[in-house]
Amino acid sequence: MLKLEARPEPSKVWTYASPLLALTITVLIGTLMFAALGKDPVKGLQMFFWLPIQSGYAWGELLVKATPLLIIALGLAVCFRSNVWNIGAEGQYIIGAIFAAGVALLAEPGTGAWIVVPILLAGVLGGMLWAGVTALLRDRFHANEILVSLMLVYVAVQLLSYLVGGPWKDPMGFNFPQSKTFDAVTRIPRLFTGSRVSIGVFFALLGVVGLWVFLFRTRAGFSLQVGGLAPAAARYAGFSSRKALWTALLISGGAAGLAGALEVAGPIGQLTTSVPAGYGFAAIIVAYVGRLHPVGMVLSALLMSMFYIGGELAQSRLGLTKSLTGVFQGLLLFSLLACDTLVNYRLVMRKSRSK
Amino acid sequence: MESYALLLAATLNAGTVLALASLGLLINEKVGIVNLGAEGMMLCAAIAGFATVVTTGSDTLGFMAGMAAGAGLAAIFGVLVIWLNTNQYATGLALTLFGTGFSAFVGTSFVQARIPERASFAIPGLADIPLVGPALFRHHPLVYVTVLLALALVWFMYRTRSGLIMRSVGESPESAHALGYPVRRIRLAAVVAGGALCGLAGAYISIIYTPLWVEGMVAGKGWIALALTTFATWRPARVLLGAYLFGGVTMLQFHLQGIGVDVPSQFLSMLPYLATILVLAIISRNPQWIRINMPASIGKPFYPGG
Repeated sequence: MLKLEARPEPSKVWTYASPLLALTITVLIGTLMFAALGKDPVKGLQMFFWLPIQSGYAWGELLVKATPLLIIALGLAVCFRSNVWNIGAEGQYIIGAIFAAGVALLAEPGTGAWIVVPILLAGVLGGMLWAGVTALLRDRFHANEILVSLMLVYVAVQLLSYLVGGPWKDPMGFNFPQSKTFDAVTRIPRLFTGSRVSIGVFFALLGVVGLWVFLFRTRAGFSLQVGGLAPAAARYAGFSSRKALWTALLISGGAAGLAGALEVAGPIGQLTTSVPAGYGFAAIIVAYVGRLHPVGMVLSALLMSMFYIGGELAQSRLGLTKSLTGVFQGLLLFSLLACDTLVNYRLVMRKSRSK
Repeated sequence: MESYALLLAATLNAGTVLALASLGLLINEKVGIVNLGAEGMMLCAAIAGFATVVTTGSDTLGFMAGMAAGAGLAAIFGVLVIWLNTNQYATGLALTLFGTGFSAFVGTSFVQARIPERASFAIPGLADIPLVGPALFRHHPLVYVTVLLALALVWFMYRTRSGLIMRSVGESPESAHALGYPVRRIRLAAVVAGGALCGLAGAYISIIYTPLWVEGMVAGKGWIALALTTFATWRPARVLLGAYLFGGVTMLQFHLQGIGVDVPSQFLSMLPYLATILVLAIISRNPQWIRINMPASIGKPFYPGG
């Protein structure tokens, strides 16, 4: 019978091979699913893995979706590395979008382009505030951050629905739950004509560098990770777990809020109930599949963005549903977690002894 | 008065969903496993149950399909966390993300489907008592089964040898293993049983509670059920009470709207979530108390000889 045997040291090879194996398994299961639905698997997989990268414009769209995913995931990596389970990034993203929209709605035709700066700052602030609630309740009352941050997502969704259905509703909007379209001056500057890629990409790349420096070259980043890996050792070394909690949640909240601001003042251009697109949850997968490493997450953000675009294409071209995206995302995380076993254990043939 | 009787009835109905799921999660946590996949399992069970009722017309088959869906997904989760030692939180999240997507994917063709109006339930005699009848005795049989289930669980966990073994696995898997109990199989059995109960809760939502299928219709009830086990300090009877309390909060929003309270509906819809946060904060305030009541091995992997 096959048994698992602990490796003396984690396998370097499998650290890199496991995400690839997981992707292969996901594709295989995806193929079976398309076949079971009576759709041509080749066509189906094309939607997910070829069309999103086949042209310059397609690459642009890929970056548009990868940007918020990466920004949120960078923040979440700080949390997960310090063993703080913030799974409410979606809520922090929504509140960031709301705060940013609040500033954007103040803009008038005469306003200067500087308005973009306060819009982004407001987004960061909103996200930090929302994550701060979780940090406060965890710090002061030991309330489980998983449940609190997640409950706050539902609260944020209701708050958004209230704002766009009430005080911020567009009077000319035919009663749709949406704000008026923001003034053109609030639009996050784009990089090229003919593509929706904005300066958000720079924020994401800056974040990648920033996170790398923070994690691997600063004392604060180091103590945070020790706290995550070995809380007792961190206490002994005098690293404050409270400080780590607040740092991790505020950074990830701010990042999610920034992503929300970039989206609402970027591709969307108004506040609507369709602002929450599940990026906050998908970013959890981005973070894991990217091994919580800044560079790894760049790749996984692109991959997850492919899944998003693939889902939309499968809907518009094959008549399937967009929710395929979620199926693929979930499958990928599942298979990755299973494959990661091979990093710390090896498979050996042995007679069964222990149960 | 009449409206309060109906509010109580609705509370029991909503509480049943939470109680079923939370009792399932309690069984998981008693053996040391936290399954954050509850929401995903409930969604898959909701569509499985609804689709079965639409195609076969049988509620019983629908409930069984829901339980099977929950148990099946829980089994996958269980094998991953118990045999492959994957992180329980991450694996549970993967299950919820997958379940949310998968249920929406499978459910597209059932969005328009309706299930036939069913005969109302009533306990003969008792149901005709004024006020008390409509409040307590006109429910789906599963509402009463849930109460019995909670009592049965109390008896099983604290009065039987098997229950003692189960709790010992959660308190100290090493000791249970040393005594020769198959720790991993017991954990898997508990995870599957818990998944089946979450599945039953999910099926109850789409077959009885709001008989239709909408994407994401579980709306966080799986997460609230997770919070309830902490709220109840891992006691089945308290889980039941907590579930009715939260069911009441859920229903309160409709009641308040009904009597014309002038608050935007969105704020009323926040109530169950805000209540969960509030209660979590109050309950967790004393970490000592939580530590005493919490199964000691919760969230920790166990690998015999590893």
